[in-house]
Amino acid sequence: MEKRVVFRSAWLPYALVAPQIAVTIVFFFWPAVQAGWYSFQLQDAFGERTQFVGLANFAALFRDSNYLHSFQITAFFSMMVAGSGIAISLLLAAMADRVIRGALAYRTLLIWPYAVASAVAGVLWLFLFAPSIGIITFALRSIGINWDWVLQGNQAMLLVVIAATWKQISYNFLFFVAGLQSIPKSLIEAAAIDGAGPGRRFWTIVLPLLSPTAFFLLVVNIVYAFFDTFGVIDATTQGGPAGATQILVYKVYYDGVKAADLGGSSAQSVILMVIVIALTVVQFRYIERKVQY
Amino acid sequence: MVENRPWLTVMSHAVLITGILVISFPLYVTFVASTHTLDDILKVPMPLLPGHRLWENYWQALTAGTSKDVTAPVGRMMFNSLVMALVITFGKIAISIIASFAIVYFRFPLRNFFFWMIFVTLMLPVEVRIIPTFKVVSDLGMINSYVGLTLPLIASATATFLFRQFFLTVPEELAEAARIDGAGPMRFFWDVVLPLSKTSIAALFVIQFIYGWNQYLWPLLITTDESMYTAVIGIKRMIVTGDALTEWNLVMATAVLALLPPALVVLLMQRWFVKGLVETEK
Amino acid sequence: MNPRRIGAMLALSALLAPAHAQTEIQWWHSMTGANNTGVNELATRFNASQKEYKIVPVFKGSYPESMTAAIAAFRAGNPPHILQVFEVGTATMMSAKGAIVPVAKVMADAKEPFDPKAYLPTVTGYYSDSKGNMLSYPFNSSTVVFYVNKDAFKKAGLDGEKAPRTWKEFVAAAEKLKASGQECVYSTGWPAWMHIENFSAWHNVPIGTKQNGMAGTDTEFTINSPLHLRHVAMLGDMAKKGLFTYSGRRNEAEARFASGECAMMTSSTGAQGTIGRTAKFAWSVNFIPYHDDVKGAPQNSVIGGASLWVMAKKPAADYKGVAKFFAFLSQPDIQMFWHTSTGYVPITQAAYEMTKKSGFYDKNPGHELAVKQLTNKPPTENSKGLRFGNYVQGREVIEEEMEAVFAGTKDAKSAMNDAVRRGNDILRKFEAANK
Repeated sequence: MEKRVVFRSAWLPYALVAPQIAVTIVFFFWPAVQAGWYSFQLQDAFGERTQFVGLANFAALFRDSNYLHSFQITAFFSMMVAGSGIAISLLLAAMADRVIRGALAYRTLLIWPYAVASAVAGVLWLFLFAPSIGIITFALRSIGINWDWVLQGNQAMLLVVIAATWKQISYNFLFFVAGLQSIPKSLIEAAAIDGAGPGRRFWTIVLPLLSPTAFFLLVVNIVYAFFDTFGVIDATTQGGPAGATQILVYKVYYDGVKAADLGGSSAQSVILMVIVIALTVVQFRYIERKVQY
Repeated sequence: MVENRPWLTVMSHAVLITGILVISFPLYVTFVASTHTLDDILKVPMPLLPGHRLWENYWQALTAGTSKDVTAPVGRMMFNSLVMALVITFGKIAISIIASFAIVYFRFPLRNFFFWMIFVTLMLPVEVRIIPTFKVVSDLGMINSYVGLTLPLIASATATFLFRQFFLTVPEELAEAARIDGAGPMRFFWDVVLPLSKTSIAALFVIQFIYGWNQYLWPLLITTDESMYTAVIGIKRMIVTGDALTEWNLVMATAVLALLPPALVVLLMQRWFVKGLVETEK
Repeated sequence: MNPRRIGAMLALSALLAPAHAQTEIQWWHSMTGANNTGVNELATRFNASQKEYKIVPVFKGSYPESMTAAIAAFRAGNPPHILQVFEVGTATMMSAKGAIVPVAKVMADAKEPFDPKAYLPTVTGYYSDSKGNMLSYPFNSSTVVFYVNKDAFKKAGLDGEKAPRTWKEFVAAAEKLKASGQECVYSTGWPAWMHIENFSAWHNVPIGTKQNGMAGTDTEFTINSPLHLRHVAMLGDMAKKGLFTYSGRRNEAEARFASGECAMMTSSTGAQGTIGRTAKFAWSVNFIPYHDDVKGAPQNSVIGGASLWVMAKKPAADYKGVAKFFAFLSQPDIQMFWHTSTGYVPITQAAYEMTKKSGFYDKNPGHELAVKQLTNKPPTENSKGLRFGNYVQGREVIEEEMEAVFAGTKDAKSAMNDAVRRGNDILRKFEAANK
């Protein structure tokens, strides 16, 4: 991790890191500290009166059943997005690994959703599932399912899960393909010689060797579901109906920006910070292990 | 594939094709909707074959936006997105590569401290510091400006890490040779390191362009002036809850326009994109 | 003084007088569509009527968005002069004493004539403080009215000219419409505004203590009274039977009515413009239904819409321009223009009379109906309006609970009790932050 040959200069390295450090301090650390500071205050919307209230904002959050419900929703949402995303992309990757002809074409056609912004993905699926005019709504109604996500919380959750997962399939797919390709062919061949069929080989050899990739993707997908799906929620359900899709990050935005509740929103930000730090630590400790694997 | 099992190969192709069809379905419907009139779309079910209003719809979206004065013309918004994406991409690459160079090739006090500072930013996505960052930007007078849209997003750890990893694989002999020749560190950087980093830069370009173009929460917060909206947030605002019906045909045309540039970048620079994705996460 | 010296002095003062630049007055609003056109027209007319001040209207997004933008701008030291704030933001704006200038003060300081009595009492009551001083200028006030698809009624064997007046009649009509094959029988825009706030005013029952919050920030919600529970339970029941289709928290229902999908709808009087343009069937505007076994019903409905607030920290001379603009807006002919081209109600008696005389109401009875419903009876403590802090959040909480009832996942009693509990929490937070 260290270079043998290094340069020495009194000022040059500082000059080189300066831009990044400057932006980091001004736009990352300073606001993060402020978020912490605001979380201990009670302010009116215009910031004319501020009172220091200690941990009252946090206490209020944990008493609020709505906030605790948000935790549940976020956990459920991220499990669904991560789980279905990984399962579907694993299937596609396994199939892609088997075919030789048209491999590049398949890959090309499967990775473009990554380029779609999550808000745009949300809008696309919103259109398909719109209660009155959606084409999928029409299909569901014609087989007797009454689709109305505006009122049915479960259906709203299904809508956002589909929109969020759709985008991630490409990403997961690429990693699985890379992972599959790094499995030594000799292992597979040895198993085949021993008489194991493709199914057997998949379950007993391929899957265990893919588990680091799968675990890595699990963490990444959860972080994605926690944060990057803001666009999906805002473009479609805005947390409704009745809070059925109000994930934690959306609540931070709503309380801070729409409801002008600075103290409560900042307290939620602090809690989210703790969660993301925990997730990042897990991710990096595992990556370190993975690299030495 | 070890042995030859034709039915399994057929099944693989079938699964893949089904997957592609399912994944591409939304795009297909979106495209079809963008070629019809609003009345056609409101008739349930909507037609599944393209209509005849492609040019009119796209032209209207690009030059006039919807007729509800809710957004600026999409052409303007795409320009904003382009500026944002390109400035963030080049900015990030530039400041990360020099910061990374400094951290790898120099020994100086506070080196590790700076490295960890940059690392910590990974744990502070915009979403956990929304309001205070907004306030900082507002205090600096950067609301509704290109600077405000791009500057706060320019520092990030992923690019720095990618370069650091890459630099660690650069053979020591090259640096030694430079030292022997009496070349200073910056000469070494320009003549040796930079050319070698080309593929990493290309990979990062793809990833960061998509990242910058698809930004949602940040532009949502700091632009209150229609003429500064980006394409991605413009779409959401077109879904009107005001007096009248959402003009879905124009919304869909805008959606297609909004996803075209990043999709093109991904498809045309596929090789670097894949490399970039797989490498940045290590 | 001899004329030559006077002439010289005049010439000198003309040279020394600063070149008279037009003072720009920034006006942030949230009007879209036809209303947006109206706003720009008003600005054009005012700017043409005098040369000292120039009103610059800027569309800043929806009501919550423009309010957020203005708060941020204020904190950064650069707010607009005039901000259009929706009615639920009234309490927040009122308590921001350092951020706003009461309209009464603006007018008095600029010595512009301003008589609160010229305005409709339901309107002024909402935007005045307890001493009767008008705090904001009522610009676009609407109320909720009841739209009926006359053709759908005929098809169901009902008399299209006789809209249901009581909720009993309403349910009966709904059942007949459903039987005639109507998919969506009834929907509503702004569910809490219609079925809680206006419902309470229309039946002369309180929404909250302390005169619905007008008399103090230590108010508490009372929307879990037996009458409220009965009404919400009725709606839940209708939803289960398919007689009520929920469309969302804003005005999504309006598009469904205009397209013919839903046969009956309650929503803002402001929807008439769009419906008139798009509906391909005969329709009428009516008083909202009431429960005829409640004493005192029907009382009067309350306003919705928005008002114009004047923000502080602008150069003192600018406020004269603001005052002039408000005086301009109060002129009856200007009021009439605004009222007839949008669906909003005229806010002065004079404007109302002028519109009546012009025969406009003979051709557009729906526009007059809103005024009639607002002035049905002189307002009581329960029907003057409401003023709850952080009511943006409060209304969302109430609507969340109502949604649970409509979806059948909660019964009316627990939902409304929860709404009261959560709503009171929000009120207490506001009270504490604004001591």
